[in-house]
Amino acid sequence: MTQPLLDIRNLHLGLRLGRDLHPLLNDISFQIMPGEAYGLVGESGSGKSITSLAVMGLLRKPLSVSGGEIIFKDRNLLTLPKREMRRLRGKNVAMIFQEPMTALNPLSTVGRQIAEMFILHQGKNWREARRLAVDSLARVRVPNPERRVNDYPHQMSGGLRQRVMIAIALACDPDLLIADEPTTALDVTVQAEVLKLIKDLCAERQTAVLFISHDLGVIAAVCQRVGVMYAGCLVEENSTDRLFSDPQHPYTRGLLGALPRLGGRLENGRQRLVDIDSIITDRSILTKTRCIAPRIKEGSTP
Amino acid sequence: MRFGFNFWLGATLTALVIFAGILAPWIAPFDPVFNADLMNSELPPDATFWFGTDAQGRDVLTRTLYGAQISLTVGIVSQLINSLIGVTLGMTGGYWGGWWDDLVSGLTNVMLAIPSLIFALAVLAVLGPGLPSLLIALGLTNWSWTCRVARSSTLSLKSQGYVQAAKILGYGDMRIMFTQILPNMMGPILVMATLGMGSAVLSEAALSFIGLGIQPPSPSWGSMLTDARQLIQLAPWIAVFPGLAIFLTVLGFNLLGDGLRDSLDPHMRTRKP
Amino acid sequence: MFIFTIRRVLQTIPTVIVAALIIFVIFSVVPGTFATSLLADGKRAADPQLIARLNEELGLNKPLVERFATYITNLAHFNLGTSFRTRQPVINLITDRIWASFILASAAMMFALIVALPLGFIAALRPGSIVDTATMIGAVSGLSVPEFWLGLVLMYIFALQLNWLPSFGYGDGSFQNLILPAITLGVAPMALLARTTRAGVLDVLHSDFIRTAHAKGMSDVKVMRWHVARNALVLIITTVGLQFGSLVGQAVIIEKLFAWPGIGSLLVDSVAIRDIPVVQGTILVIVLWFLAINTAVDLIYAAIDPRIKQG
Repeated sequence: MTQPLLDIRNLHLGLRLGRDLHPLLNDISFQIMPGEAYGLVGESGSGKSITSLAVMGLLRKPLSVSGGEIIFKDRNLLTLPKREMRRLRGKNVAMIFQEPMTALNPLSTVGRQIAEMFILHQGKNWREARRLAVDSLARVRVPNPERRVNDYPHQMSGGLRQRVMIAIALACDPDLLIADEPTTALDVTVQAEVLKLIKDLCAERQTAVLFISHDLGVIAAVCQRVGVMYAGCLVEENSTDRLFSDPQHPYTRGLLGALPRLGGRLENGRQRLVDIDSIITDRSILTKTRCIAPRIKEGSTP
Repeated sequence: MRFGFNFWLGATLTALVIFAGILAPWIAPFDPVFNADLMNSELPPDATFWFGTDAQGRDVLTRTLYGAQISLTVGIVSQLINSLIGVTLGMTGGYWGGWWDDLVSGLTNVMLAIPSLIFALAVLAVLGPGLPSLLIALGLTNWSWTCRVARSSTLSLKSQGYVQAAKILGYGDMRIMFTQILPNMMGPILVMATLGMGSAVLSEAALSFIGLGIQPPSPSWGSMLTDARQLIQLAPWIAVFPGLAIFLTVLGFNLLGDGLRDSLDPHMRTRKP
Repeated sequence: MFIFTIRRVLQTIPTVIVAALIIFVIFSVVPGTFATSLLADGKRAADPQLIARLNEELGLNKPLVERFATYITNLAHFNLGTSFRTRQPVINLITDRIWASFILASAAMMFALIVALPLGFIAALRPGSIVDTATMIGAVSGLSVPEFWLGLVLMYIFALQLNWLPSFGYGDGSFQNLILPAITLGVAPMALLARTTRAGVLDVLHSDFIRTAHAKGMSDVKVMRWHVARNALVLIITTVGLQFGSLVGQAVIIEKLFAWPGIGSLLVDSVAIRDIPVVQGTILVIVLWFLAINTAVDLIYAAIDPRIKQG
């Protein structure tokens, strides 16, 4: 068996307020193999995004890691010196964020913002970097890259901006791409295009993907394996096919039940969607065993 | 609503100034104008004259206490006039739109282009010095920011569901403005007025200092400083206390305004220079 | 950008005309102001016959509209009238003194920027720290202190007690004479700028694109230089522009205090002796100054922020 690219071991993470630590992530462990697309699914607040920020080393106070290891290519990212972590960020591990509208600096051309990557990680000068930025735009299938490189973000549509974000993330051919809800803010038609783009580009150059979404449908389109997160715990992990055909955890079954699908119809022609009756409550009493919440409507899965 | 430390500090300072002004006739040890006694002129602070005496031998403490009356009158009255003009123009402009709104916005822009202290000077040049002219001058010249805030609040409130509902129910324009819109923008207006009081007190002091505001022998902090300036070498204490009084009063209003703003809406920022 | 510039400059013209009208009306509608104020010596009422003759001479008996037309026509020829007192053209009085005012305002703004920008930045980077708390206390104090009193205190300490600096006067433009008035005048804009800078930088630091920049593996210094500084600048420039304009208003008091021979002290002196044409002209020049700076700010703003030019 090959060495995993990313190996998260028993990650604990919480909100440190004064002396108290309010746990947010509880003993998270999963692995991503080189070139593999791994999906993290779960509702808002289940801890998907902070897991990814922890990998990037972008957690801000008062969030702090309280235990565990994040091993990336044999190195523990949690103990890596700041400088080295910075060199790794963007170059080896890159990230795409949810909001393409605000994730780009409104006062710089997109070309410049892509070019920064080549300056930072490949020591190019501005002229070369700009030329490479044109190539990057072409790679993410932006039409007229020569012209578009001088555009400001406000001159672009949401889909195009997300393409620019992807171009930035993939500029230095990272080993791992973290995509945090990359298509949530986009129109449905654009969503499919952007998903396909991420999938194709990563497959092309064997980039591993950590794909975060609350939408199982989106995950299923991109990922080979899925982890289901709920209230700060990883409650189930399986290959995408198995997860859909044979969900183990009641919460997963609830999630699947909440998914609209063709054919799942009742007699009157309407489809009944099951709601998950879950409000995330006080996390301070959270324990690992409590993650299997009694709130799931067991009988209502399709 | 929760108020922060700033608010309470500001409220305390403001309350102190208000008490000083109201209670001046009872707590001040002397008469502010008529206890002039050249035998006691320019005495440094001592047990009888806590803040010392000025060139005419008048007690500086007494005059400083009475000065609060003038500053508060100017601050409050001028801001009432400002708010009245600003809210009336801004609210009707925002609500009715059309040529009236264009006119209001145009006028506001022109008013913003004339520094308010300069405008007040112009008005004083015509009306001559004195308290009534000062109230008019400061009341007429500083409403443009209030007007802007009122106008933009009205614009956003106008599209709210309950205002639309009132319209459908057949409420008159005036009734909608006074019962639906005005109460909902009181917060920002109050903040503007409180901060405005601070700047009005500053302007009054400055105008009185250059001899165009309150005239001696009235105990205005600004005009007290005019006298103090002549004697700064010999009797610096005459300059210290009125200046401190202005500073603390304005600080009180500013902290109060900032505190109010922070608790009303943490995102609203000071655009007022 | 060229068209934008032209359009922006043209937009100020109606404002100038309306401002001129307002100033004109203030000094005209109050009955008898011109002639009575000119003739009154404060003790007894002026001779009515004399007033009538003067009104005739100054063209004040003509209808208001006609007088305004004459006024505007004169303005277009840079004719601001003649001083009652010195019988000199107002425009000359102003041009003689405007340089001193400009120097003072610029020096005050420089001082404010040099102190406020670094403090505002540091305060924003370390919210809640000692520097932050001290800066914010200093800022609210700076906005509350009466400038002329502060000037008086500074004058007392540095000129009269320590004898380091001259206490007042222009000193033929020597730098030493500039220091105290400039610092005094710079305190309020400094306070406001420190606040705005802090708020602006904090705002930018919490925006998504800064997270993107960090995710790119950019060092803190580069994030500051490439992304934070420019974006915070937009807000700062607006404040600088507004402050530069209102500085001229505040300068009136400070020029008087330090006997600085600018248009501010000209204005105060003219108000005191009711030399109305000079008052009118000076105020108009101040308004033009304010508008010119606001226009310049808008143009700089458009050069920095590509979203503005779009409309």
